[in-house]
Amino acid sequence: MAAHVERGTDSTTSIKNMSLKKSLSAAASLTLQIVAECPVTKARACNLMLPHCAVNTPVFMPVGTQGTMKGITVDQLEGLGCQICLGNTYHLGMRPGSDVIEKANGLHGFMNWKRNILTDSGGFQMVSLVELSEVTEEGVKFKSPYDGKEILLSPEKSISIQNSLGSDIMMQLDDVVSSTMTGPRVEEAMHRSIRWLDRCIAANKNPHKQNLFAIIQGGLNADLRKACLHEMTQRDVPGFAIGGLSGGEEKDDFWQMVTLSTDHLPREKPRYLMGVGYAVDLVVCVALGCDMFDCVFPTRTARFGSALVPWGSLQVKQKQYAKDFRPIDPDCQCPTCKRHSRAYLHALFKSDTAAMHHITIHNIAYQLNLMNSVRQSIVEGRFPEFIQTFMKRMFPSRDQYPSWAVDALASVNITLE
Amino acid sequence: MTPFCSFLSAAAAGDDDIFPRLVVPVSVIVVLATHLATPMAGNGMKLELSRVINGRSRLGVLKGIGRTGQHSLEVPGCLLYTHLGTVPHLTQDTLHTVSNLPSVTQVTLSNIAEHHEVLEHFKDGFRKFAGLHDTVLYCSLHDPAAPCPTGYTTNKTVSVWGSPGRIELTVAKFMALQKTVQPDWYQSMADGETWQNNTSRKRVQKSVNRTLAHLDECLLVHQNSQELEGVEVFGVVEGGDILEERVRSARETAKRPVAGFCLDGLQTGSMDQDLRNQLTAAVTKELPEDKPRLLQGVGHPDEVLACVEAGVDLFEGFFPFQVTERGCALCFNFDISPDPERAGRAPRAVLELNKEDDAARDTEPNGELDLDQTQTMYFEINLKDKRHQDDFRPLVEGCGCYCCMNHQRAYLHHLLVTNELLAGVLLMIHNTAHYLSFFGAVREALAKDRLDLLKRRVLGKRGGMDTSAKEPRD
Repeated sequence: MAAHVERGTDSTTSIKNMSLKKSLSAAASLTLQIVAECPVTKARACNLMLPHCAVNTPVFMPVGTQGTMKGITVDQLEGLGCQICLGNTYHLGMRPGSDVIEKANGLHGFMNWKRNILTDSGGFQMVSLVELSEVTEEGVKFKSPYDGKEILLSPEKSISIQNSLGSDIMMQLDDVVSSTMTGPRVEEAMHRSIRWLDRCIAANKNPHKQNLFAIIQGGLNADLRKACLHEMTQRDVPGFAIGGLSGGEEKDDFWQMVTLSTDHLPREKPRYLMGVGYAVDLVVCVALGCDMFDCVFPTRTARFGSALVPWGSLQVKQKQYAKDFRPIDPDCQCPTCKRHSRAYLHALFKSDTAAMHHITIHNIAYQLNLMNSVRQSIVEGRFPEFIQTFMKRMFPSRDQYPSWAVDALASVNITLE
Repeated sequence: MTPFCSFLSAAAAGDDDIFPRLVVPVSVIVVLATHLATPMAGNGMKLELSRVINGRSRLGVLKGIGRTGQHSLEVPGCLLYTHLGTVPHLTQDTLHTVSNLPSVTQVTLSNIAEHHEVLEHFKDGFRKFAGLHDTVLYCSLHDPAAPCPTGYTTNKTVSVWGSPGRIELTVAKFMALQKTVQPDWYQSMADGETWQNNTSRKRVQKSVNRTLAHLDECLLVHQNSQELEGVEVFGVVEGGDILEERVRSARETAKRPVAGFCLDGLQTGSMDQDLRNQLTAAVTKELPEDKPRLLQGVGHPDEVLACVEAGVDLFEGFFPFQVTERGCALCFNFDISPDPERAGRAPRAVLELNKEDDAARDTEPNGELDLDQTQTMYFEINLKDKRHQDDFRPLVEGCGCYCCMNHQRAYLHHLLVTNELLAGVLLMIHNTAHYLSFFGAVREALAKDRLDLLKRRVLGKRGGMDTSAKEPRD
């Protein structure tokens, strides 16, 4: 597989970059080896050593919300080369509950996944899914949608559940406000997120086995972001996430907040950009210096018959594919493309759920392969050329390049041809 | 000897007087002669019976099947049930975690008919279209797991129900479909609408006559179609619940150049097992020994055993799918090993489990189930049941399937209550593996004269069912 070839390449490169290697404080069970840094952009390729296995970054992390990857078995996910996936604390805390998962030896045991897991704090779902939620200094209060009971999700409670889940990376509980909100509530949320970070750090029962990441907040306000960065980077956490974005804000605001964050984050710790998963966003944000990404989009869109391809996407259920006997992407080596045609998948969507599984497999393969190619180009010192080729393939002509991407890339010395 | 020879000699001998409307046109005989001169590629299919017990239960191997003739299928056995060539919920990767898959894959015209134009365009047949490579393809009319509304057959047409609704098929359309599907075997067009209670004798007779007429028309087109060279036709035996109509249908169908027989209108829910046994035994008595008999629409383990005793060779493998769809896992015991050590492994766990389940059933009646499902529940555990939420055992102790080797009941319970797609995937793997192993046990029991033991194992301690009541208890 590509991953093995790449690892070989990395080891030679990492010798060259030996001086770049850094290890983290003893309290963490995470090491970040910087394998290569792009001489033009802020992109970097790293080996993130986590308790269950090493992760090659930049990495896209597929989301398995309820302890399962939407119809894909753990063997299939592993076969696609996935080294880390997500689980959602809110969902898993509700069903089956942390006691059951603890009895199953954590989420790894419960779902029988041998590689790494990242869990979120549960806060985001609470605000986005649960109507009756109220945020106080204590935590997020909400009514269970299953039995109507009032539940308080405090920073301590969130970490306690994540400790039970046994994830390799845990996220702090943050005070999430809509990314389009302005005014004093944004500032309050930012400060509260800092206080909650301290409570989360104190509550972590397994700092040697489970890495707690801080989440940078501050909305779309540069000063608030900087203040948050200033405070949080003084805490001894093994990694940072850039939060509060990817929620419907203008893309111009989005990339500026991303690049501002990476400018102020320590070089030797991983940077995780939450909720980002569109191909163009991934490539641009790697150039801006982010290492880790997650998004439900590739797997969710798959179930609606949308297959991701280097030129965008292909709606398999559309009539135009009924007699199209080519694979989704003739250059793709995933199990779906090696066996099935667009026409068969089109027909199968009317008969069986396996059609969704085929597209899910393809889309995860697409995301992982994209990130592997990005990494390979960084390691080989040709990331700027990669971006040019990628954009040409993705858009029919230059005038269709999104202006935010053009601007963002210009800010890191890439002028799109 | 090609099947067509027997047809010819039967016609020549004039012993088709039971059905006088059958006239062999001169053109058929001409076509026939051509075919005799150039033998068909697919005439290598051969049923080798190694045992026949009590004159009825048959153990054997169907050899030389498929157009290239390199496949074989053990009988009694079942076909691989699919939706449009895909085993429900499974990709090829997940399917092939199951070992000893049947070499014959069943597809149905109810799924395929709406894609006729696409297949015509594709030209290379359904197998290649579906990304299936190494399998024998059997094309049936209806989906055994999907109810088919009645009242839409005419003298010249039958209807299948696909995703866009009803599609009406004439013999011409039916055969045009077969030419684009290019299966290895196909079920001849048939009027099978006689399974409802109180179907009149007249209607049953009509169904037998129509089905024979359809078969003759299909054979006529078949013989004239180069695309179908080497493809085998299964004739359909109808006759509802009327013994003499069953016998007539069987005798007449057997006179035609068919490679095997589909026993239609005997499906679960249409009649009780006693009646099914009598009719099936009467039919199989009329059928030639050297051709396989496929019983449609029957899949419960107890019914399978009874029908094997009545002379059935093949079953449609849809039962594991139905079990999967109700969130259940097959767990019935079929270990007939006399070795106490081996017997102590899987079966004891299953028996204990059945006891638990019996207790649970007493206290937690499930209002959604109809009588038929209540019976099947004896073969299954319902993983949606709350008592599995922190049960960290595999579905069946000692089971070697991918699901049982990797996952626990608590996880399956979680996937089911959260409506996760993986539940269907894992249950389908387990249920398919369990069901195929059961058929392995049926063959082993026939080989070793342990069918009675197998029946006691499968039926367990429950009473009240016709089939088990006849059996001595241990």
